[in-house]
Amino acid sequence: MSTNRTDQPLGPLVDLGRDRSQMPARARNMSPIVPRGSISGTALVAVVAIMTFLASITTGAVLLVSASAAEWQSEVASEITLQVRPVAGRDLDRDAAAVTEAVRAQAGIVEVRPFTREESAKLLEPWLGSGLSLDELPVPRVLVARVQPGTDLNLDALRRRVTQVAPNASVDDHRAWIERMRSMSGATVIAGIGILALVIVATVISVSFATRGAMAANRPIVEVLHFVGAGDRYIANRFLRHFLRLGLEGGVIGGGIAMLVFGFSESIAGWFSGTPVGDQFAALLGTFSLRLSGYLILAVQAVAIAAITAWASRRTLFATLNEIE
Amino acid sequence: MVRFENVGLRYGLGPEVLRDLNFAIPAHSFQFLTGPSGAGKTSLLKLLFLSLRPTRGLVNLFGHDVSLLNKDQIADLRKRIGIVLQDFRLLDHMTTYENVALPFRVIGKEESSYRKEVIDLLKWVGLGERMDALPPILSGGEKQRAAIARAVISRPHLLLADEPTGNVDPTLGRRLLRLFIELNKSGTAVVIATHDMALMDQYDARRLVLHQGRLHVYE
Repeated sequence: MSTNRTDQPLGPLVDLGRDRSQMPARARNMSPIVPRGSISGTALVAVVAIMTFLASITTGAVLLVSASAAEWQSEVASEITLQVRPVAGRDLDRDAAAVTEAVRAQAGIVEVRPFTREESAKLLEPWLGSGLSLDELPVPRVLVARVQPGTDLNLDALRRRVTQVAPNASVDDHRAWIERMRSMSGATVIAGIGILALVIVATVISVSFATRGAMAANRPIVEVLHFVGAGDRYIANRFLRHFLRLGLEGGVIGGGIAMLVFGFSESIAGWFSGTPVGDQFAALLGTFSLRLSGYLILAVQAVAIAAITAWASRRTLFATLNEIE
Repeated sequence: MVRFENVGLRYGLGPEVLRDLNFAIPAHSFQFLTGPSGAGKTSLLKLLFLSLRPTRGLVNLFGHDVSLLNKDQIADLRKRIGIVLQDFRLLDHMTTYENVALPFRVIGKEESSYRKEVIDLLKWVGLGERMDALPPILSGGEKQRAAIARAVISRPHLLLADEPTGNVDPTLGRRLLRLFIELNKSGTAVVIATHDMALMDQYDARRLVLHQGRLHVYE
């Protein structure tokens, strides 16, 4: 379908004759088709920045908890605990020594450390107070064995070997603990994904409203562009570049502030160290600082939110353009 | 080029403002569309420009049944039509030059390929000194001339003009009519909606007269 006849070799539309000026005119296309000032972007940038900040904090917190949980898991999984219970008619110290030797002989065990009576007393101190005499209590002896990292320890064989030398001994590989840690970190990740989904939905709704507002304000421009034969795709692209810029601005601001928060979090955590709150946080989140990969994930997320802004805007643009003849 | 068969138009549930329109606009033709105020001239121009759809009948434009066109196809057809509306529809944030160059800009033409033509046309319509002015500071007549220049610059196949000389003095009115005639000679079919008898008397052309929603053609 041909567009107009200027593609064909035609003479000049008008002949100025003597009116033709020798002075070159300065006029040029300088103005954007959609003026930047016609799209009130401050509110949208603020909304996208806040959403990106919330998303970044959520993602960062999820990454910290996951990293800490993984660390705990690997620490706990690299140790097994053995208990030798006092039983009438058996020598507890001898049984503990026999179990120590049995565990040491097991392949994959790199170190066995039996807790002394004093150390056992120390473990019970938070519950029973200091100055405790273990002679009066049937306190089991505890041994901690470190497993060679990467070794698939034959726990059944170890159990058999231990109970052979001391039937009153038991082996705990902390499986229940690890399962609990796994479900806790899994729940944290799911909660984080839920919050991220809500943030994204809120961003899409805000951007759609902002786009509709901008389109309403620029309706006369859209109508004129339709008059001169511009298609919806052309018009949408003129608006889209504004919204992409606004989305990127919001993403950089929100994501940047969140990164700074994580960057300074170690110092902030330092201010609270020694306080009950600080200790709880340290126990839960470890050092409270993100790794480099965490920062990269936050940067990618900020760009993704800017892209979502552009996508939501584009969707609304085409829907609105359909309503304008 | 344009063919209307039993076309009717009503707004909402109101009475038909245009009814039983049967006419054709041949290529390279020149016609005045006239009739009393409120007769439906602007509505008919909007039907021709595809910004209104008929409530009944067939409108065939450039060989296409307009009821079957999607938005992209309508946009493509509009590139072949120039329109001058009574309210000018200039973009206030663009200079006169940029407004007139807009049809070229939206099809992605290089500015160097049309700049001279835009400047010459602006001088021809008496806006040579107002090229860098923004529409809000132009007079009604200047806006009208800018709107006309924008409509004719891409040499459309069909030019639709709604009261194009309503805001200019008789001398400039004659000059603008000459522009339309030149454009027609170079191949554009021209439809000028007007109730200015003096303007119509200056050029012997076909007349389409709207009266009480019906169209009478005087060859």
